[in-house]
Amino acid sequence: MGNWEFGMTQRRNGSGRTGFIPAVSLRRSLEILLDCTDMREMRPLGAEIRPEFPVLDQMVHGKPLVYLDNAATTQKPLRVIEALSRFYECDNSNVHRGLHELSNRATAQFEAARERVARFIGAPSAETIIFTRGTTEAINLVANSWGARFISAGDLILLTEMEHHSNIVPWQLLAERVGARIEWAPVTGDEGLLDMAAVRQALARRPKLFAFVHIANSLGTINPAAELCAMAREHGVTTLVDAAQSAGHMEVDVREIGCDFMAFSGHKMCGPTGIGALYGRTDLLEAMPPWQGGGEMISRVGYDRTTYKTPPHRFEAGTPDIAGAIGLGAAVNYVDELSRKRIFEHDSSLAREAYERLQAIPGIRLLGPRGVRGGLVSFALDGVHAHDVVTLANDEGMALRGGHHCTQPLMRKLGLASSARASFYFYNTPEEVNRLVETVGHIEKFFRR
Amino acid sequence: MNDSNLSDLYQEIILDHAKRPLNRGLLEGATVTVPAENPTCGDEVTVQLRIADSRIDDVRFTGQGCAICMASASMMTRAVKGKACEEAGALFRQIHDGIQGAGEMPKGEIAALAGVREYPQRVKCALLAWEALREALGLGKGGRVVTTEDGDFR
Repeated sequence: MGNWEFGMTQRRNGSGRTGFIPAVSLRRSLEILLDCTDMREMRPLGAEIRPEFPVLDQMVHGKPLVYLDNAATTQKPLRVIEALSRFYECDNSNVHRGLHELSNRATAQFEAARERVARFIGAPSAETIIFTRGTTEAINLVANSWGARFISAGDLILLTEMEHHSNIVPWQLLAERVGARIEWAPVTGDEGLLDMAAVRQALARRPKLFAFVHIANSLGTINPAAELCAMAREHGVTTLVDAAQSAGHMEVDVREIGCDFMAFSGHKMCGPTGIGALYGRTDLLEAMPPWQGGGEMISRVGYDRTTYKTPPHRFEAGTPDIAGAIGLGAAVNYVDELSRKRIFEHDSSLAREAYERLQAIPGIRLLGPRGVRGGLVSFALDGVHAHDVVTLANDEGMALRGGHHCTQPLMRKLGLASSARASFYFYNTPEEVNRLVETVGHIEKFFRR
Repeated sequence: MNDSNLSDLYQEIILDHAKRPLNRGLLEGATVTVPAENPTCGDEVTVQLRIADSRIDDVRFTGQGCAICMASASMMTRAVKGKACEEAGALFRQIHDGIQGAGEMPKGEIAALAGVREYPQRVKCALLAWEALREALGLGKGGRVVTTEDGDFR
């Protein structure tokens, strides 16, 4: 990397005042970004961590905000907000092409973030991590590149009935284009568990791909990803895990799971919006054609012929979301520092508590598994539409989600037009579960009168 | 739930209609059937009219949606039953503008729908059945299914 130490850097801010950034060496800043988290502080979760999330400290409609829409997006800690503003204040530049100091810094931080993300999900190397806009774009990338090359007419694609639209529609588009078929592994009952026997049978029909959600965003079901991937491998079936709801909520390791692709989003785990990642097995990525063309992804461009870079850069055409990737690196550090094992225990115990206590409300129907579940609870009140539930909760300063949660086929199967959802993260507290139970109770009475 | 905006939104009359909607179910001998949907929330309302001599002899609706959507559909059927098509079209326009704060709402129970003015995201809920009515009267764009995602909806 050469000697990129930089000392007291002079900076001029908007007001014309000249200030100094404390001397930080590039090496040190990379060390911070690549921090091995050996010195994991066991900071308490819940109420005590809330001051690190400024947005949580506000009144909504005269009541303290209760933010329970974390499955849609989580809040951002100061650490991530500062990483973003620090990049724009001190280092902003384009990556990879520049030969000047700022570009070198931007490139080093951008690539360090990639390495950090790789370590976060147990990927063998940074080269297996492609930055995308999020889970949706990551899945579209696989469908458009790997899918277009390796799936052809008559081939089978196996999905589950509990997928988010983002793991349905890209495959439908592909299937339509190449003439492939989609099969749906069924979900059983209100508990919303995957029918493993049916999955086994479907895998025996040798689909080209099995794509499934790790934690289902509308049910809270945690699918046994390692077991599913092992079953798929027996039949030589390529696997894709949608880790949007799991990556920041539980320990996730692509080698333990044994998947071929994994997609996740930064904004659902304290990172900025607009950045996420795709993990792909090296040999698969190497065999995949580019899916978007442009700068950054080429090796040599000619009028008659162009050759492409190796992965991951082959799949990152154009200027990437540099600050976003650096922010994601900071988020990954933050989440790892708190320990995803503890985060999972915290979130799922709040969800279980909410599940148990909401059951007492007349006419409520709770979705998803009774036992171990991800940190969310979806419910429907008899005769009350979820949008009415959410509107009334909003008036109590509470952020819930209501609707089909981008899982329309599943809602239809469950015979529901919609459901309301409370989803937790490590800054939520037992008091907020109390407020949830109380508020849903009031709402039920309001509509029953 | 003491907020005044909220009690405007969920007035007693709205809750009554939502709970016991009028004219819900299939209409026998319907001369026109128009399904309408709001893809963002999944609300679906199908409006059926039986028109004779440019008059709405009967009207019914089916579907499901939030309290605002159901109440609005119920009120719509009561308001237009027996009206001349032309009159119903004029009422649609008045409601369409009134709900969005661009005009006066008609007097009577329908005025309660104006509560959505403070909740921009709920305007589409209140208008869904009325948009289906517009289409059924031949005053819309003539699509197969009326959808709130149509740019012209608002």
